Parts: sequence; structure tokens; C-alpha cells
Amino acid sequence: MRHTILAAGLTLVSGAAFAQAPVLTVYTYDSFIPEWGPGPAVEAAFEETCGCDLQFVGAGDGAALLSRIRLEGARSEADVVLGLDTNLTAAAAETGLFAPHGITPQGLTLPVAWEDPLFLPFDWGYFAFVHDTNLENVPGDFEALAASDVSIVIQDPRSSTPGLGLVMWVEQAYGDRAGEIWEALADNIVTVTPGWSDAYGLFLDGEADMVLSYTTSPAYHLIAEDDPTKVAAPFAEGHYMQIEVAGILEGSDQPELAREFLEFMLTEAFQSVIPTTNWMYPAALPAEALPDGFDTLIVPERALILSPEEAAAIRADAIETWQTALSR
Amino acid sequence: MAWTGAALTALVLLAVLGPLLAVALAAEGPGRLGAADLAAIRFTLLQAALSALVSVLGAIPVARALARRRFAGRRLFVALMGAPFILPVIVAVLGLLAIFGRAGWLNAGLEAVGAGTISIYGLTGIVLAHAFLNLPLAVRLILQAWLSVPSERIRLAASLGFSDADMRRHFERPILRAVLPGAFMIIFLICTTSFAVALILGGGPRATTVELAIYQAFRFEFDLGRAALLGLIQAGICIAAGLIALTLMRGGDMGGGGLDRPPLDWPGDTQRGRVVDGLAITGAGAFLLLPLGAVLLEGSAAVFGMPALVWEAALRSILVALGSTALAVGLAVPVALFAARGRGWVETLAALSISVSPLVMGTGLFLILFPVADPVALALPVTGCVNALVALPFILRALIPEVRRAEATQGRLADALGLTGWARLRLAIFPRLRRPLGFGAGLAAAFSMGDLGVIALFSAPGAATLPMEMYRLMGSYRTDDAEGAAVLLMLLALGMFWMFDRGGRVDAGA
Repeated sequence: MRHTILAAGLTLVSGAAFAQAPVLTVYTYDSFIPEWGPGPAVEAAFEETCGCDLQFVGAGDGAALLSRIRLEGARSEADVVLGLDTNLTAAAAETGLFAPHGITPQGLTLPVAWEDPLFLPFDWGYFAFVHDTNLENVPGDFEALAASDVSIVIQDPRSSTPGLGLVMWVEQAYGDRAGEIWEALADNIVTVTPGWSDAYGLFLDGEADMVLSYTTSPAYHLIAEDDPTKVAAPFAEGHYMQIEVAGILEGSDQPELAREFLEFMLTEAFQSVIPTTNWMYPAALPAEALPDGFDTLIVPERALILSPEEAAAIRADAIETWQTALSR
Repeated sequence: MAWTGAALTALVLLAVLGPLLAVALAAEGPGRLGAADLAAIRFTLLQAALSALVSVLGAIPVARALARRRFAGRRLFVALMGAPFILPVIVAVLGLLAIFGRAGWLNAGLEAVGAGTISIYGLTGIVLAHAFLNLPLAVRLILQAWLSVPSERIRLAASLGFSDADMRRHFERPILRAVLPGAFMIIFLICTTSFAVALILGGGPRATTVELAIYQAFRFEFDLGRAALLGLIQAGICIAAGLIALTLMRGGDMGGGGLDRPPLDWPGDTQRGRVVDGLAITGAGAFLLLPLGAVLLEGSAAVFGMPALVWEAALRSILVALGSTALAVGLAVPVALFAARGRGWVETLAALSISVSPLVMGTGLFLILFPVADPVALALPVTGCVNALVALPFILRALIPEVRRAEATQGRLADALGLTGWARLRLAIFPRLRRPLGFGAGLAAAFSMGDLGVIALFSAPGAATLPMEMYRLMGSYRTDDAEGAAVLLMLLALGMFWMFDRGGRVDAGA
């Protein structure tokens, strides 16, 4: 009996010790957290060394994540926000809620240079149209796509991050001709969905020949499903990039731990989890360290991306061009 | 009792408008609407009105046929018909596309006979999908009105040798006149907050609804003022629609009561009538059940291989649905008793909960809760409460006509006997509410099972509901698991609906 009490007491003490470990709260998008996402492996690896309790809080997708932070403002429990992309970082910076990370990142493997005092990248990808290998006459650029009768399903830039990425892609590749391109594409577009998963679901059910996704999407089918029939179409204009980033909140009560987490984010322990959980390219992992199957993916010759400031400046107009052209 | 009803009505109103106000107060300035917003409002009204019209008109022959015919499997058919209403939007859309889509069965059939293919994207697609989702609700609301005709009157009509035309004039038109405006209003309101269905099946930005404009305002622009203003416009549309329906609903009820005997065969039946009814039932059956069959076919194989997370989410969803149903019924009974005494506006106010954007509601609740509590820890209770509020108008729609009828038929006798308060409710009113209450509770439970709504804003790791887990699976390429989860969701929601609905009509063969 006394042993039981003692054991119970010890459990309580160790429980208390654990409870006293500092808590690092990381807000992220929903798909980061589940058992098939990067969350669990990242948490286990970081907790091994940090002497802390890492807690992920899901807040919808990337855009919802920023709304959540803005709703909570300075009172937010969050120490780190992980999962914004460069289309959102200008707006995020403008809130004044983020603190400089003070880290000089080493060994980044992005195809573009990175200098942002507030945000650090953790993964990235190229947007691309994904199709089945039995599609004939695969278009090689937007103009060929518009001239063909290949059907596509895309996402709405007003509600979806990839949808916004596509609008930026056309904008950067064609500038003043963007409206014209969209008008020409109108008869190829089967429909526009609110989010990525709806569009991808329609594509898998055969509603369209191609879907706007990522060059890395075929890796999922190849590696997880052993299905080599999905490929991405290389476009001659180059491919627009999405870079996903994390930043530290000014109001964090664990700024040191938050910085440690951002440093950890660029180490192999974090980066090697990304390819087969988030199905994106890790931001700091050499190509030879990528899992088998990633070598089969297309590599665009040109990486397109607008700076966060440019992206923020043209967003409203670019969306309006898109909307006007497709509403005709 | 009136006090309880009035207080609860005020509470419901507060719970709906409070969040809207919270969003407006958090805004940095008053919202302004652009030309695109006005176009979105016009389109929203157009598609909602068309969708409600098609759903209600399409439901009339089906409800009529179900009221007049007895056939093997009728009960199961009536229960299954409720399924589309409760499906998460994307599941319903994928089911519909499996039949009507580019690669669907219909086009495969047309191609096989060399007839060329059809595309449903556009206004047609939106109306088709909304009819798929809401026709069953319309059928049930109309059917309920049909079944409430006292069998004594039907017997009388039969003994007077009423023809089909007589039955239409003396029974069917008054029934329809009483039930159609309310059914139209509630479906119209459901369709005004449509967003994913309208966008996906509308085929592009032409099909922009107010709800999408709200999304845009929140997500990329963080323009709370505009979001609140658009939310307020949704509320305005609701009140206007409610007032119109109220005016149209005046009169028309048949009054008079009977001894609650089971319904009889409808007099004045003809061969032609049998054929028409047969066609209505077969047509509706094919339209509603084939897409559901496609969902089952796609996902059944995956049900047993799903990750444990999905089963845990299913359990959470069942608990939330049960709690939400209890709350909804607890609210609905006093409010219905209050509203039935000539206060039709009460129902309009209660209907605000379905017409105000879930995104505005969720954000407003978040803003209200955040300073005082952890909204994430409260995710499930908040979801249950919001679901109860949203289900309330459906229950009221089913309940209020029956309360009126019970008062009209039993009220005077109860007065003569000096029955008041609880005894009056227990002996005279409640026995007549069992059927609509069972139906309403079934809808509430099923709706709560299928709702994604506000929980998406409060999501906590390890506290997702089944629809949310399904979307997460879809968002992580796990289409097979998501299809399995959709099947599980459909079966659970149907099971819940069937259980409550069945409990409500243990007496009659309806």
C-alpha cells in the first residue's frame, strides 16, 4: 500500500516537473498536425533537445492562420506562426505582431535568395498543372493550354492560396497580357473551387484533365500509393513558387525558445520530415538527401516569384483582372 | 410559459446578432461595398430563389405520391430521402458529379448511344445541386402537412364520392397553400449562405455569392467592416424573406380536428394518378439515391482501413450531435409554443441563424470568447450550441403548424376542462407534437453530424469532428480515407436521423 502511495506521489512529482517545462505554442495550418503530417515527428525531435513542451494549434489553412493571428492580436498565446506563404507575409509584417528572428540561415536550398528579417522558410514548391500520363498533347505553356481543348480545374484566388498563386503566376509571366490569357483560358476551365482539396478531388474523379497543384504532387502518388500515372506538366514560362515560412510573434513569452525552434526548423531533423509528410521541397536539404521518387519530378527551368511587397501591391488588381476575364 | 418562450427567443436573437456585432465592433471602420459585392448579392438572391422554387415545386408531386401510396420499402425510402440534406457539401457535390459530371454515368450513357455530352456547370448545376440537397427537406415538410389531414375528413370525402378534382380543390390546395411559403422560405435561406456548391457547380467567378465575398473579406483582406456589413445584409435578406412568407402563409390552414386515427387511402384515385405518382417516386428516387449510391460505392471499401483518428472524430461528432439535438429541441418547444400564438415573426427571427454566415458567426464568437476563455478548449461545446441554433429553424418549421393545429383542435376542449400550464401541454398539445418533434430532432442531429461550420475556426489538435477530419484527409491527398470517412459520416447521420424520426412516429405507418 505504502509503495502504491509512494509510486503515485512520484508520478505526481514527475508530472508536475513535466508540467513546469516551458510550453512553446506554434500556430500552424491544419494539415501540418495529424499523424500523417509533419507535426508528430517534428514535435518528438524538438522535444528531445529543448526541454520544453511543443504544442501545435491548428487554424485552418495559411490564410485562415493569418486571420486568426490578427483576431487574437497582441494577446495571442502563440509564440511561433508556421505556415504563412510569401503572398501573405507583407500583410503579416504590416500587423506589427511579428518580431525579427535574428538568424542568418545557412544551407538554404531554395532556388531564390532569401533575406527577410521576420520570416524564415521551411519548405517550398512550384505550382504546376498535374495530369494523368495518358493525357495526349500535353500543353507546354499557358498559350498552348488556352489554344487546346484540355480541361482544367483551378482554385479561387479569393479563398485559396494555390488559387492566388496561379493568378500571380500568370501576372508575372504575362504582365499586361494577363487579362487576355485568362480570357483565352476561360473555355478550358471546367470550374473554380474554394480550396485545393476540392479541386484535387474533382481531378481524381475525372472531372478535368489537369488540376492546379504542385510539381511535388506526383511524388505522393508514386511514393505513398505506388502509382506512377500522375505527372506535372513543365511550362515554358517558368513556374511560380510558393515558399512557406515561419515567424516569431512579438508578444511571445518564450522568445528564446521560439528562436531555438526556428533554428531547429532548418536542421535535418525537421527538414527530412517534410518531403513525405507535407509533399513539398524542404527549404534546407540538399537534393541528394531527398527520398527516392523525388528525382522523377520535373524541375522547372525558371523559378518565378514576386517579392512579398510586390505580391501585396498587385494582388487586388490581379484578382480583379482574373475575375473580369472569367466573368465574361 | 409565454415568458419562457419570449426569453428564449430573445436569447436566440442575441446569440445570432451578438457575434455579428462583435465583428462589426472589431472592424477598424465602417465597411464599404464594391460593385463586385452588389453583383454577388444579386446572384445570391437569384440562385437561392431559383433553387428554392425548383426544390419546392419538385417536392410537391413526390410528397403527394408518398402521402397517397403504400408500397414495400416506403419507410426506408422516406428515411433515405433525408440523406442528401445532411451530407457535407463536397461529398454531395462529388456524388452528384459521379452521375451528372463530365466523367459521370449520365455522360457515359449519352456517349454510348452517340448523343454527345452535357455539362452541368453554370446556374443549372447550382440549382440541380441545391435541389438535390433540399428537395428531401421540402418533401418531408409537405408530406407532414398532407399526413396531418384528419382521417375522418378523408373518410367523409370518400363517402361523398369526391373525385380527384374535388380532392384537389378541398384538400390539396389548402394544404399546399399553408405549407409552401414556409418551405420555400427555409430553403431559400439555406441557399443564400451557399458558397462551395455555388462556386464549384457554378463554374467560376460568375457564380460569386455573398458568402464567398465574406470569405474574401476575412481571409486575404481582413476587412472586418465589410464582412460584418455583408453579414448584416444576409440578415436583412432573411427578415425580408420571412415577412413575405408570413404574408403568403396567412389563412389556408384547414382547421378542424380528428381522433388521430391512421390515414386512409385517398379518395378519387385514378389510373392516371397511379402512373403519375409512380413516376414521381421513381424519378425522385433516382435523382436522390443514385448520387448517394455513388458515394457509397466509392468509399465503402475504405471504411475499415481508416486511421483511428477518424473513428475518434466520429465518436466526438456523435456526442456533439446528441448534445446539440437536446439543446435544439429544448429551445424549439417553448419558442414554438410562443410563436404559434399568432407571432409568426418569431420564426423569422429564429431563422436568422441559418441565414447569417457561419464564418461571421464563428469569428464573432471567437472575438467574444477570446478575452475571457480559450476558444479552442471550448471548440466542441461552441460547435454544439451553434449547430443547435442553426437547427432551430428547421424544428420550428416542422413544429409550429402542429402546435397551431393542436391548439385549434384541442384548445377549446382543454379550455372547457380548465386545463392550464403543464397539464394542458402534457395532455392536449405534446401528444400531437411527437411526429414533428421526432422529425425535427432527426434533422438537428443529422445536420450537426454533417456540419463543418464554425468548428473550422476553433479547431484544436485531437478535437476534430468527423466532417473536419474528412476535409483534413482530403487536404492531405488521402482521398481513399476521405471517401471512407464520407461513407461513415453518411451512415451515422442517416442512423441518427432515422432513430429520432422513427421515435417520433411509432404510431402511424408514415
